[in-house]
Amino acid sequence: MIRAFLKKLTSYRLFLPIASLILVLLVNMIKTPTFFQLEMRNGVLYGYIIDVINRASELVILAVGMTLVVAASGGTDISVGAVMAVAGAVCCFVLAGGQRTVNAYQNPYILGVLAALLAGILCGAWNGFLVSKMKIQPMVATLILFTAGRGIAQLVTRGQITYIRVENFKLLGANIPGVPLPTSIFIAILVVILTNLLLKKSALGLYIEAVGVNKNASRLVGIKSDQIIFLVYVFCGLCAGIAGMITTSRIYSADANNIGLNMELDAILAVALGGNSLAGGRFTLLGSVIGAYTIQALTTTLYAMGVSADQIPVYKAIVVVLIVSLQSEEFVRWFSKMQARRKVVA
Amino acid sequence: MIKQKKKFNENTFLLCITVGLFFAMYIAGMIVFRKNGFARFQVFLNLFISNASLIVVAVGMTVVMITGGIDISVGSFVAMSCMMLANMMENKGYGAVSSVLIVLLIGILFGFVQGFLVSYLKLQPFIVTLAGMFFARGMTAIISQDMISIKNPLFLSWATRKVFLPFGGTMNKRGVLIRPYIYPTVIIALIVLVLIFFMLRYTKFGRKIYAIGGGEQSALLMGLNVRRTRLLAYILDGFLCAIGGILFCLNTCSGFVEQARGFEMEAIAAAVIGGTLLTGGVGNVFGSLFGVLIKGTIETFITFQGTLSSWWTRITIAALLAFFIILQSILGSTKNRRRNSK
Repeated sequence: MIRAFLKKLTSYRLFLPIASLILVLLVNMIKTPTFFQLEMRNGVLYGYIIDVINRASELVILAVGMTLVVAASGGTDISVGAVMAVAGAVCCFVLAGGQRTVNAYQNPYILGVLAALLAGILCGAWNGFLVSKMKIQPMVATLILFTAGRGIAQLVTRGQITYIRVENFKLLGANIPGVPLPTSIFIAILVVILTNLLLKKSALGLYIEAVGVNKNASRLVGIKSDQIIFLVYVFCGLCAGIAGMITTSRIYSADANNIGLNMELDAILAVALGGNSLAGGRFTLLGSVIGAYTIQALTTTLYAMGVSADQIPVYKAIVVVLIVSLQSEEFVRWFSKMQARRKVVA
Repeated sequence: MIKQKKKFNENTFLLCITVGLFFAMYIAGMIVFRKNGFARFQVFLNLFISNASLIVVAVGMTVVMITGGIDISVGSFVAMSCMMLANMMENKGYGAVSSVLIVLLIGILFGFVQGFLVSYLKLQPFIVTLAGMFFARGMTAIISQDMISIKNPLFLSWATRKVFLPFGGTMNKRGVLIRPYIYPTVIIALIVLVLIFFMLRYTKFGRKIYAIGGGEQSALLMGLNVRRTRLLAYILDGFLCAIGGILFCLNTCSGFVEQARGFEMEAIAAAVIGGTLLTGGVGNVFGSLFGVLIKGTIETFITFQGTLSSWWTRITIAALLAFFIILQSILGSTKNRRRNSK
């Protein structure tokens, strides 16, 4: 009875992300009793949990884009971190009008935002072009921007850190006065809801899954597979652009070396942890979002345990390999063989 | 007979472009920077001196890419080997020889784990080596977050011993003959290059590598042990990365976290520019050597030019990589079309 229940539970698609989220939260609750405490100061909510949700915003946005890329092309976009840096650099370049540090916008704010998003879209279009038209493996195609992207961002900022010392520039990464929650949370949720609507209310979600399961079959059915893959990469670029804007606003400067550093691994991990197969095909957006929050909770926990930022990737890399190994067909086959053998013995 | 000749042309077309490009760039450099002494033989040798470790790593990358795989952990692994060497010699009191041997062993182990995951669990090489990349970089930070410079006398004596060449000397202004020199690292890199070239071409193992890259199913049907060959290719790659790491360390004599960033891209670019197909089955380590030399020439240009930021190297390499993979893709698609129309 219990075994049947467990089996049903583990076969539920969101089992892995929810279970790991609960696990991380439990560990935190035991280690830091104040983890779930919320505090109201000057009309703003404070607390560990708010911090986690706030910091996870960029990752959630990236994970949304990455999920679609993984689903449609069976590959991952490893340039997202660098694209974030490019978007941040472009935004600051436009707003500062080419100067190094400014106390007032040189161009309208909206222009900076649009430029940043456009930069993200262009980077995504480049990746999409290479993958869909040139038929290059996604990871090699995105590897180009992965290394060149930060170089481009350096060129835009001329190797320096551009500061925007304007109060309302910080709004994206901080709180709008009178709202108790950080702005980035709302942006992340908005991106998730809009994407979900787009996927569920139109046939786009179905198309993406179809292309991911079998590209050629989808083409024969009449879906423009190449176009779908191209669009997915553009969308991922746009997501990276939005995420880059938020990070830039948090530090109110464009730091080409550090914006979005190691984010690509986090985003891939979020997708894998969300129960999505990295080989493409069916996907759950919600899983990736939960995965993203889990990873941020994990990161915060590791920070609290005194692990430094550049050491954290070790643990995440191990988790990625474990998850992907557990998902692999070979492992499943081996596991079922083991179980069959046990049954024979019994 | 005719057919064979045609095949030869298709496979070496990209390589010819690469070799031509290198000479064109080098001659252009000689003309543009003739006042700065670009034409000196030593400048040419410096290409090898500063890229000795990249040559070895690119050779390892070529082997893996011929099997149809890829390894993007190489840059981080090079950083990790440097850090391990520095840490073992300076903080743990190991000798130079034993440190080097330990690093080589760890390279084999690292290659084994990645190869096992790729070949026996059939995971995507990219995901596995991406994890490897972050793992190695993180481990570097765990070993030490500060820069460690190496002061071990034996190790430094290896690093600074100049090997003078008996030819190609130039007179300086006072009329003293300056003989061109290389470091032992260059000799090691070239030996590795030649050995792997012969291994790929004339040994059973080398032919197997080409066979599984050309078509895994047919290799399997021929009775080749695809999994084991792939695993061995990754082990060889790990071993070569460790050698590359040691050579890199001989060049810098220090270990720090940010070392060799973007190295994986340079190695992949060198292999791709040298005519190794991303789809596997085709590749030549001498092509990769020319890929490395092109990267070195770009770097030399930027040094001689003096005002450009070093970021331009990376951007140019990325642009070249993009150009060559697009070229490969176009060549590949016309080839397929021709085959289909037959």
